[in-house]
Amino acid sequence: MSARQQVLLLWLASSSLEGHVLGWSFFDGAAGAGPQLTADPPYGTGLDALRDGWRLLQMSPLNPPVPGRERETSFLKHEFVFERVVEI
Amino acid sequence: MTTTNLLSTDQMASFVARGFLRLEAVVPDDVNRQANEELPGLFRAWLDEFRGASPKQQPADTHATENESPLPRSGTPLDTAYAPDSPFGRMVRVPVISGAIASLVGANPVVDHHFVHIKTAGDMHAQGLHCDAIVDEGLAFDIQLFWFPHDVAPREGGTRFVPGSHLRRVNMDDVSRYQHLAGEEYFSGPAGTVVIFHQGLWHAGAPNHGSRDRVMGKLRLNPTVPQVRLWDTSDLAERNRADDHMFARMEPGLVAAELRRFERWYEPAVHRLETVQRARLWRYLTGDQQFDVDWYLTRTERRAALAPR
Repeated sequence: MSARQQVLLLWLASSSLEGHVLGWSFFDGAAGAGPQLTADPPYGTGLDALRDGWRLLQMSPLNPPVPGRERETSFLKHEFVFERVVEI
Repeated sequence: MTTTNLLSTDQMASFVARGFLRLEAVVPDDVNRQANEELPGLFRAWLDEFRGASPKQQPADTHATENESPLPRSGTPLDTAYAPDSPFGRMVRVPVISGAIASLVGANPVVDHHFVHIKTAGDMHAQGLHCDAIVDEGLAFDIQLFWFPHDVAPREGGTRFVPGSHLRRVNMDDVSRYQHLAGEEYFSGPAGTVVIFHQGLWHAGAPNHGSRDRVMGKLRLNPTVPQVRLWDTSDLAERNRADDHMFARMEPGLVAAELRRFERWYEPAVHRLETVQRARLWRYLTGDQQFDVDWYLTRTERRAALAPR
């Protein structure tokens, strides 16, 4: 048995983990040998992912808008990175 | 090029809000058949060149392939870029297509480039999400025609795209980590459908679970004139009001109603900024610098005039 990392990215509707999921990505270090996501989207909120055992690694910082560019839109703002380690 | 069959105000507003316009089964069957026979040759010749299987041969002013009309050089006027009997030449002369082109980038645009994309049967690669070229500045925009000359069933390699992504400032495939976004679409539809994209729309080649190759001809056009009131504006004046921001009571039928459109992958706070971006683009397209959606631009412009920074 050896450990592999699975990474789940969720983009939420707000800066709170209670925000609902707008987008998601899954990167599987176990190459399919471990548990997989079973729903589409996999969770309703970021908090749901925590309660299912995912560990939060990082969340987007709350940066003030750049002066003069306050109204520009770009990447999704509220990115939450989770991991779980699976044995294969 | 002809200027009949211009787009309506509703179609233009939808393009500004969502970044694409779908023209369903508008290319005649015989043109689609010709495209299906001739366009794959361009892709295969490019693959051979890429792999070094055949020497690159480029005449002085064109790049001819075996089965397709010569590749026009960037900047060639559209009306002379393609032989009238070639697949692309016939497609851009379909009145519904030429009317849409004229409405969006004027009657005399130039060709940026074209290419033929093939997703072979069973090709399960999911291309990373991206927008073409590089991050762009300014309000003027190019269009890209995605021409599907045969029926495309769901999951048979129809292009993935994200409605409402076109005004988000990103560079090329910096958005490739987004594997799933709520409300994104995968093209499927009947032969002869052309989907016109704003240059900034996020998209990606999708896996082809089907049993036949998926062919798509893509053509990018640059405007040569300001893109101001080029469509059928006969109903614009009465629908272009900026003052219907009566709290929680919006007036249906106005352009602003479409420009408020929400996409499921939007953060609610960013949605408000998206309406500002759309209002700025609509100001460019109409020449009406007083236009607004929900008073966001107007109130700040008026305050700024009182106390300049």
